[in-house]
Amino acid sequence: MIDYAVMFGFFAVSVALVLNLWRLLSGPSLMDRVLAIDTMVINSIALIILFGIQQRTTVFFESALLFAMFGFISTVAYCRFVLRGDVIE
Amino acid sequence: MSFVLEFIVSLLIVLGGVFVLVGSVGLVKLPDLMTRLHAPTKATTLGLGGVLLGSMLFFLGAEGELSIHEVLITLFLFITAPVSAHFIAKAWLHRHPEHKGELSPTGRRYGWSTYDPGPGDQVGEGRRDAVRRS
Repeated sequence: MIDYAVMFGFFAVSVALVLNLWRLLSGPSLMDRVLAIDTMVINSIALIILFGIQQRTTVFFESALLFAMFGFISTVAYCRFVLRGDVIE
Repeated sequence: MSFVLEFIVSLLIVLGGVFVLVGSVGLVKLPDLMTRLHAPTKATTLGLGGVLLGSMLFFLGAEGELSIHEVLITLFLFITAPVSAHFIAKAWLHRHPEHKGELSPTGRRYGWSTYDPGPGDQVGEGRRDAVRRS
């Protein structure tokens, strides 16, 4: 039963990633694209964790944590760059 | 693993997947950035929370010990999601000052703090920049 649930999860997250990609390519303003990238990072974390459940291994949690940290830092750095023209002053 | 635990894990994974999908549909369908910001930041943290909780229960049932990694990821995401949403909204407000009139009035002598320096504020370098640019 878990395998079917994980397959459904893969399907849902993949469709969500394609929708985010559409927003990333067509987003009217710059911040729409930043938001789309941020959402894509969160969705790929979900994908990594589902893959870990499917493979019955806990190896991938560190990579999920790294994804979360780098996604947050890159979003904040980009917004700061847009706001101030500089990341670290 | 018992049937009940397996059922709960499957339910959590399916719920998480549905919420992730709803967040991204909202990102595509909603009309402008302020409404678009609402969909993924709420729905994907809820969806990812469901998937992480399902994974935690799954490895509790499969290996018999509670893993802490998922709690770490969940905590980190729950702390950082509002911060990044706040930054995106703020950057959008300063890039599009023509939407300044759409903000609801504060009911005081001073406007929104991202545009106006407040009464007790030292007008520092950053605030002066913000005021000049808006």
